[in-house]
Amino acid sequence: MKRLWLWIPLGLFALFCGLAAYQLTQPKDEFVRSTMIGESLPQFDLRPAYASLPGAATADFTDGKPKLLNIWASWCIPCISEAPHLERLKASGAEIVGVAIRDRPEDVARFLANYGNPYSRIGADDLSEVQLAIGSSGVPETFVIDGTGKITYQHIGDVRAGDVPLLLEKLQEAGQ
Amino acid sequence: MIAEVGLAALWLAAALSVLQLMSGVFAVRGHDELGALVRPTAIAQGALAAVSFGMLVWLFLITDLSVKLVATNSHSAKPWIFKLAGSWGNHEGSMLLWVTVMALAGGLIALIERRIPEVTMRATLAAQAFVAIGFYAFILFSSNPFERLPMPAVEGQGLNPLLQDIGLAFHPPTLYFGYVGLSVAFSFAVGALLTRQVTPDFARAMRPWILGAWIFLTLGITAGSYWAYYELGWGGWWFWDPVENASLMPWLAATALLHSVSVLAARDALRTWTIMLGVVAFSMSMLGTFLVRSGILTSVHAFAVDPERGTFILFLLAIYIGGALAVFGLRAGSISEGARFSFSSREGALVFNNVMLSAILGIVLLGTLYPLLTEAFDVRVSVGPPYFNPVGAIFTIPMLLVMAVGPLLRWRQDSLARIKLPMVIIAVIMLATLALVVILGAYSLLADLGLAVAVGLAIASVLPLRGRNLLRVPLATWGMVIAHFGIAVALFGMASESAFSEEKLAAVNVGDSTQVGPWTVKLESVTPVAGPNWTAIEGRLQASYDGGEPTEMSPQARNFWAPVQETTESELATRWNGQLYAVVGNEASQGRWQLRLWWKPFVTFIWHGGMLVALGGLLALIGRVKTDLKRRRGEDFVDEESADAEAVA
Repeated sequence: MKRLWLWIPLGLFALFCGLAAYQLTQPKDEFVRSTMIGESLPQFDLRPAYASLPGAATADFTDGKPKLLNIWASWCIPCISEAPHLERLKASGAEIVGVAIRDRPEDVARFLANYGNPYSRIGADDLSEVQLAIGSSGVPETFVIDGTGKITYQHIGDVRAGDVPLLLEKLQEAGQ
Repeated sequence: MIAEVGLAALWLAAALSVLQLMSGVFAVRGHDELGALVRPTAIAQGALAAVSFGMLVWLFLITDLSVKLVATNSHSAKPWIFKLAGSWGNHEGSMLLWVTVMALAGGLIALIERRIPEVTMRATLAAQAFVAIGFYAFILFSSNPFERLPMPAVEGQGLNPLLQDIGLAFHPPTLYFGYVGLSVAFSFAVGALLTRQVTPDFARAMRPWILGAWIFLTLGITAGSYWAYYELGWGGWWFWDPVENASLMPWLAATALLHSVSVLAARDALRTWTIMLGVVAFSMSMLGTFLVRSGILTSVHAFAVDPERGTFILFLLAIYIGGALAVFGLRAGSISEGARFSFSSREGALVFNNVMLSAILGIVLLGTLYPLLTEAFDVRVSVGPPYFNPVGAIFTIPMLLVMAVGPLLRWRQDSLARIKLPMVIIAVIMLATLALVVILGAYSLLADLGLAVAVGLAIASVLPLRGRNLLRVPLATWGMVIAHFGIAVALFGMASESAFSEEKLAAVNVGDSTQVGPWTVKLESVTPVAGPNWTAIEGRLQASYDGGEPTEMSPQARNFWAPVQETTESELATRWNGQLYAVVGNEASQGRWQLRLWWKPFVTFIWHGGMLVALGGLLALIGRVKTDLKRRRGEDFVDEESADAEAVA
């Protein structure tokens, strides 16, 4: 066919699209997978970040009941987004222990007054030490901890509506 | 309320773009009942998109913290100019700006463009709507900028002083204007393909958009290169990084398009080729956006990368570009061939340069995508300067040589013998420069050739002005001369930087001096300093050029603590003939400090050249628009033809 060359650009482009689509569906090994999954929680004992709730310590996680560990901060906007979903998790029976990163008691109190308080305990991590030790690189992050203090799951970023059932399921798995 | 108005306007604009597409398609297929709707719809769509973006700007200006985007990216205590820039300094806002500029451009051509046949115009606006729909869908379904928080935030998060940089604030819109201009050219190309009406009038309608896009892309690349140069602290100005290539490829395509569209406007030749380039130029902008935003290639530039967004952009890419190329395959064969010309003519030179530019584009594209290809076979490679520089040069140098003589040739048919004298003069100047740089002791082949070609080209580029009354030379011709001269200036800077740069890595005690090139640099003191979220050591240097008056310099090595990161704040001492680039490093043994110094002769010519190129484009644009307006008023029909015949800018 005489006009065959007119189709060459489309052919090349199709080749590119195929390649790009293939690459996009490949898991990226740059993805940060926590090496802490399956490990025990690091040792910590944090002072209370909020006057009317106790602080958080490693010992709190070894009472046999699986819990969620939520890394958050009052200065974090996605934490506002996830607040209603944490409330739903709590309403479904999840116990949530908070770790407030680089925060001040009055800011924490104001945040909880504004956006609700789903936490049973909140520890104050003033220098991000616990955050780093647990393998979290940002706020918010949510970890599932089984009844013996082992990390079984890590959720990076804010908890959205669709994540609630998944986290409940992970929590149930951790209890078995 | 403001956010809701913005969102409603956006939905309406999206709905109108669907109407615009449908009525345009009907008009092209010969059912003209809805045809009259196309232009008004395009105008209304532009207005609504502008309202939507205006609402977003308003939200940012009043810092409405109930809107998630504002709360995440702004702060009540920010200066207003950064509040304003904050509205597009994020993914959602930048997408909205994109589609707004595009809708406004569509509205504008609907309002004023009357040169080309109405049915082609409608097909063009339908293509424009088709592209816009994808972006509207993207914004509305996955990146809604007007999303509210369940409860308003107490204060915004975006008070990072590092991001309050006026250059960073205005860099993205510059590139967007470039991309959008190319999207208009794309729509024109698709419109003309659908109706098979590829005429000089069509080329003239398309040209201002290409010129505008090209100016913005030139400025964007120039600024981006300077930013990388002073900010990264590595002393280089171009790294062949995927993100840089992503901005270079549309520029190369737009440059080729700019020249072929001028041939089409002046001589009614290169019809199919111009259409092809129109499709390719916009494809390159989309491709660049895809490569950058999908995170599919590893780059030194960290972007908020999101594979889901990548998938969406790839999907859009496949529809737009695949669709356009399919139409091209179907229709291009039936577009009648344009005027013929001989090889030794202005058109001949332009065709040669077009082929060379396309080859360079192909080389950059291949080098950029090659890692993607090999990764499919689990081989990780990185393609860098050892590939791009020599392989690119194979095509760049012949292109520049032809660029030197092309503007001296006449249209249609000419003989090289007629311009023998200027050619011999240029050749002699080039050879003399080459001999001179070799005598000066620079033995890098590419750099030496670059210097020789730069000097020859600089002289050749002003030759089209010789023997003419400068006051009567059309602006478009001035534009061409200045842009070509700018290329020579930039090339001179690049080659000089590569041939003559001197580097010195020294460990010096406080009070000691070291030499780099003609500079003597004395380390006066090293002091710790602190900023809002960093601490640094600052070296105080006294640098004197050739024993002259010393200049004070204070480069820093900064440590940020949130997030933990070390950066070098380089310091530059600029002279007309080059720059001294100083970086301070860590403490070496026995109280000595690491100093890294570069003397880069004529390095600033790179960016001055880039600015000149953009200025040339601007003059050409003004010249073209002026003749267009004149023609509208019915004056000087001949003037435009002759201006076209004279200049290709």
